[in-house]
Amino acid sequence: MSEVQIWTFGFVAVTFGIYIYVAWASRVKDTAGFYVAGGGIPAPANGAAIAADWMSAASFISMAGLIALGLNGNGYGGSTYLMGWTGGYVLLALLLAPYLRKFGKYTIPDFVGDRYSETGRMVAVLCAVVVSFVYVAGQMAGVGVVFANLLSVDRNIGVLIGMTIVFFYAVLGGMKGITWTQVCQYTVLIIAYLIPAIAVSSKLTGIPVPQVGFGRILEELNTLSVELGFHEYTAAFAQWNMMNMVLITAALMFGTAGLPHVIVRFYTAKNVRAARYSALWALFFIALLYTTAPAVASYAKLNILKNVNGAALADQPSWFHRWADVGLISGPGGAPLTDLNNDGVLNFTGALSSVPTEIAINNDILVLASPEIGGLPAPVIGLVAAGALAAALSTASGLLLVISSSIANDVYHKKINPAADEKKQLLVGRIAMAAAILVAGYLGINPPGFVAEVVALAFGLAAASFFPALVLGIFWKRCTAAGAAAGMITGIAVTLAYMAWTLPAYGGGDGLFGIDPKGFGTVGMLINFTVTIVVSQFTTKPSAKMQALVEEIRFPGRTDLVAKHAEGADLH
Amino acid sequence: MDDAARQEYWRRNLRLMAVLLTIWALVSFGAGILFVEALNTIVIAGFPLGFWFAQQGSIITFVALIAIYVWRMDRLDAEFGIDAYEQEVHHS
Repeated sequence: MSEVQIWTFGFVAVTFGIYIYVAWASRVKDTAGFYVAGGGIPAPANGAAIAADWMSAASFISMAGLIALGLNGNGYGGSTYLMGWTGGYVLLALLLAPYLRKFGKYTIPDFVGDRYSETGRMVAVLCAVVVSFVYVAGQMAGVGVVFANLLSVDRNIGVLIGMTIVFFYAVLGGMKGITWTQVCQYTVLIIAYLIPAIAVSSKLTGIPVPQVGFGRILEELNTLSVELGFHEYTAAFAQWNMMNMVLITAALMFGTAGLPHVIVRFYTAKNVRAARYSALWALFFIALLYTTAPAVASYAKLNILKNVNGAALADQPSWFHRWADVGLISGPGGAPLTDLNNDGVLNFTGALSSVPTEIAINNDILVLASPEIGGLPAPVIGLVAAGALAAALSTASGLLLVISSSIANDVYHKKINPAADEKKQLLVGRIAMAAAILVAGYLGINPPGFVAEVVALAFGLAAASFFPALVLGIFWKRCTAAGAAAGMITGIAVTLAYMAWTLPAYGGGDGLFGIDPKGFGTVGMLINFTVTIVVSQFTTKPSAKMQALVEEIRFPGRTDLVAKHAEGADLH
Repeated sequence: MDDAARQEYWRRNLRLMAVLLTIWALVSFGAGILFVEALNTIVIAGFPLGFWFAQQGSIITFVALIAIYVWRMDRLDAEFGIDAYEQEVHHS
C-alpha cells in the first residue's frame, strides 16, 4: 500500500468514526426530533449543516473542473454555477425561510397541503421524492468514485460502506443525528478544500489567500490559453450566449430556493429569528468554498497547460498516470492516450488550434488531483478524499430524510393512518429511511445513464414547480388552491417536455430560440407564475381564516391562529 | 400588535426586500452577465472586473445582503416590540 493510501485510509476511518459517535450521542425518540431535530438547532450549527447538506459531491468534486475544463476551455461559463448556487440563498433568506419557520411544520408537502389542498400535498410529495432520488443517486455514485480511485477498493463495496454509515446515523438519529453529523462533515470538507487551495496559492503566487491570489495568474492563463487554441480564460460568452447565461443562472437560483432538502432545513431552526440567521451562516459557510473553487480551477488549469501539454507520455507526472490508469484521463472521446500527430509529445489544445488535442481530462478529477498537481504531500491527498466523502454523505443523508419524511409523514400519517401514535410514526419513518437507503444504494451501484444530466435539470424542475407555489402562498393571500395546483402541474410539465424534446439523450431537438434545456426552468417558472395568477382570478378564494393565517405567518412573534393551526384546526 | 402596526411592519419589510433584491439582481445578472464585457475592460489586481463580479463579487455581495437583512429585521422587530418569537414545532 502506498503512502497516499495509508493516509487516505487513516483520514477516512477517523472521520467515519466521528460521524458514528456523534450520531449515537444524538439519537432521538420522537417524530419532532426525527423530522426537524425538535426545532432546536442553534443558528451557526444549522448554517453549517445546511452548507454540508447543500454542497454535494458535485460542488466538492466537480465544480472546479466544470469551471476550468468547461466547453471551449473557457473559465467564465462556470460562473453560472457559482452565482446560481449561491444567489438562491438570498431568495431563500428573504422570501421563504422566516415564513416557513413561522408556519412550523415538518415537510414542504405539509406547507403546500395546509396552505392549498390535499391534491397539492400529493403533487408536492411526488415532486420532492423524484427530485431527491435523482440527486441521491449522484451522491452514492460519487462515494463509489472516491473509494474506487483513491483507495483502490471496488466501487460497489465503496457504495455499500457509504450506505452502512448513512444507515447508522440517519435511521438512528433522524434529522437530529443528521444535523450534528453534518456539522462535523462541513468542518472536514471545508478544511479539506481550503488547505490544498491555500498551499497551491502560496506556491504559485506567494499570496496565501486563493480568492485574491488567482488574479495574479489570470493574464498568464489568458495568454497561454489563446496560444494553445482555447478562448481567453476570462472572456465572456465563449460557452453560452448572454441569454442562456441569464436563463441558466436564474434556473439554478430559483431552483435552489425550491429544493425540498434545503427548504426543510429552516424548520429545524429554533425560531423565526434563528431561521434568518441560519440562512446567513449557511451562505457564509458555502461562500468559503464557492469563492475558493474558481481559484482552484485557474491554478489547476495553469498547471495542466504548463506541465501536461507538450510532455511525452513517459514524462507525465505521477498523478497523470494514476488517473489515466482508471480511464479518467484518456485520449479524445475516451480513446487510449496516443501521440496522434507523431510529434513525440502529448498535446492538450483547444478547438481553435491547428494541433488536434490528444488528451481528455474528466471534470471530476480536478479537485481530487489538485493536491498532487500542486505537488503537496500525501496527508493532504488523504484529507481531500475524506472531504469528498463528507460532501457526498452529508448531502445523501439530507435527501434521504426528505424522502423518508415525505412518505412517513405526508403519505402514511396524513393519508393512510391518521390515528397512528408517535411510536408507530417513528417506526414507519425509520423503515421508510432504510428502504430509501437501499434504493439509493442500488442506484449508486447501477447508476442510470441519464443521472448526471438530470441532476443539473432537477434545479429547473424545482424552479418551475415549487418556487412559485411557495412564494405566492406567502406573499399573495388570495392565491387559490386550484391556481397553485394548475401552476405547478403546467410548470413542471412544460419544463419536462422541453427537456425531453431537446436533450441529446432523448429527442435532441433544436428547441425554441436556442434556449439551453438547463435554462428552460426559468421559462417554466414564469409560465407557472402566469397560470397560477390567472387561474386564481377565476376560482374560489381561500377562506377568510386561511387568509388571516397567511397574515400571521408574516409576523415573527407568537400569534393565535398559527397556534390553533398547530393543534390541527382545519382552516380551509 | 394592532392591525395598523402590522401593516406598517409588513410594508417596511417589503421595502427592505425590494431594495436588497434589486442589488441582488444588479450584481449577478447586471455586473456578472449583462454588462460583463464592458466591465472586463477594467482590470483590478489582475481581475477583469466583470469576470471578478461573476466569480467573486456577486457571492460576496450575496453574503452581505443577507447580513444586512437579518440586521435590519432585528431592528424592525425591536422597534415593533417583537421579542417573543414563535418557538413551537407544530404537528397536526
